[in-house]
Amino acid sequence: MKTFNGRVLFLDRPDINTDEIIPAKYLTEISREALKPFLLEDLKLDGFDPATDIEKNNVIITRSNFGCGSSREHAPWALEANGINLVIAESFARIFRQNMFNCGMMALELPGDTIGRLFSQYSAEPAFAEADPDTGTITLSNNTQTEQIPFSISTFDRELITAGGWLNYADTKY
Amino acid sequence: MGKTIAEKIFASHVVDKPSGDIHVIRLDGVFCHEITTPSAIVDLIERGKDRVFEPEKIKAVIDHVTPAKDSKTALQGKILREWSRRHKIRNFFDVGRNGVCHALFPEKGFVRPGYTIIMGDSHTCTYGAFGAFAAGVGTTDLEVGILKGVCAFKYPSTMRINITGVLPAGVFAKDVILSVIGRIGVNGATNQVIEFGGPVVEAMSMEARMTLCNMAIEAGATCGICEPDSTTVAYLWEFIADQYASESAALDAFSVHKPDADARYSSVLNHDVSSLVPMATYGYKPDEVKPVSEMDGTPVDQVYIGSCTNGRIEDLREAAKVLKGQNISDTVRAIVSPATPKVYATALEEGLIKIFTDAGCCVTNPTCGACLGMSNGVLAEGEVCASTTNRNFNGRMGKGGNVHLMSPATAAATAIAGHITAVRG
Repeated sequence: MKTFNGRVLFLDRPDINTDEIIPAKYLTEISREALKPFLLEDLKLDGFDPATDIEKNNVIITRSNFGCGSSREHAPWALEANGINLVIAESFARIFRQNMFNCGMMALELPGDTIGRLFSQYSAEPAFAEADPDTGTITLSNNTQTEQIPFSISTFDRELITAGGWLNYADTKY
Repeated sequence: MGKTIAEKIFASHVVDKPSGDIHVIRLDGVFCHEITTPSAIVDLIERGKDRVFEPEKIKAVIDHVTPAKDSKTALQGKILREWSRRHKIRNFFDVGRNGVCHALFPEKGFVRPGYTIIMGDSHTCTYGAFGAFAAGVGTTDLEVGILKGVCAFKYPSTMRINITGVLPAGVFAKDVILSVIGRIGVNGATNQVIEFGGPVVEAMSMEARMTLCNMAIEAGATCGICEPDSTTVAYLWEFIADQYASESAALDAFSVHKPDADARYSSVLNHDVSSLVPMATYGYKPDEVKPVSEMDGTPVDQVYIGSCTNGRIEDLREAAKVLKGQNISDTVRAIVSPATPKVYATALEEGLIKIFTDAGCCVTNPTCGACLGMSNGVLAEGEVCASTTNRNFNGRMGKGGNVHLMSPATAAATAIAGHITAVRG
């Protein structure tokens, strides 16, 4: 099983699409590791600089409909190549969410008001998050506070994480 | 309780319900192109599982970058080509016989009512025009599809959108779908199937229905889907004539794929298009839509007519009607990419290619590389493209470029004017 913890990168915009996560011109790469330098290269967001903000973070917290657009699994691959196995959002586009779990990664949904509160309480200074798929709990902390937030994923999603992805799961079962 | 089209297809294809509302369904088609498939092939080889579930159900094409532009894209084509040969995948379409996947595969008769199809491409939802359940997937889903012939989906809820009224002259399926996305938003149908119906859809050609379903993903939908009818049968007849005694017999057989009268929908939307005008996008999301008239005068650098949304013969006919006897503006370049070799040949026979070249357009081979900034029409920083494609995301057609989505007729009028404008009269 992959690890789901680290410092949090807050991306304060809905509808961040997979072209922004990894532009199409890099889809000519066959190796997943080759995608590493280009993650979020085309994301234009006040206060965000991919050159400095990606390396130190291993968790993303963002708004609704993250990963919309293209079906490219290069988006989760580019995240994983940068050590990001956990994205927490108000909602995800279907294909992106499935791709995350298919890779044994986690895309967790929290209610919009919770996400809003996390932005206002944690995004100003360094924050750390950890998600435990067994207990269904996210632990979020910074220098002054710690809290636990429950999340729910389906049994199927949990089995994909445990199996290390859909290929391993399907290969033993079908 | 009655069923929607997608629910009926799921009921006839389910092989497992591992937990909750997850349905693992049997696949009738696994379609492949050279961008997302090679990674799957390489991974299968590395795992010692270089096998395919059924070669006849796999179709493959090189379409995003063709002919190859560099060593990396040549390698992607090579991996797909050698894999197709190795596994006796008869329906592999190489350079010269290739076209934009979502135009080529329907044209070859590979998409039928009631089918389940996946492809490593988000616009796979196009095939729903035939009454099929077709969904874009990532490479891992594709890989399992290739190996096992199955894919897992949440049991889909269905949003019904009835396109009502009468579509005015000069307004097209592209304007309809842009107006729908503008109304429900880019997240409006996430995790749902959109079932399109109503008199306007019934009157649409298969090409127009494909344009409609193609952009269902831009509202987040898993699939856009239309009821199979006599138009569907007529389109497919050359491929199914040996299976049915008559077209009406085929129509009867396809009627099992219609939704039940008491089907339960998550929502029903009536979308009247009687007063619809040509639409275009502004901004960087496909739901940022307004009438072309409100954007009149917006300068553009490039016009692009093609793609899986609008590169079919009807699209080229509409563009040619506008461009006939005209010259495009000195301030723009216009690129026309017929979506398939058949579309190209038909356009040649009908004199459309000459209309385009006489007007000053560049006509390319069938490919879709410009739409996502990979080849054949990439924008420079700060440039603007009036495009018949499906996504106006920031940098989509080239880093720092801006895209306005519109119909082929509006794109053609824009090419002549040198700025965004609707067809006069």
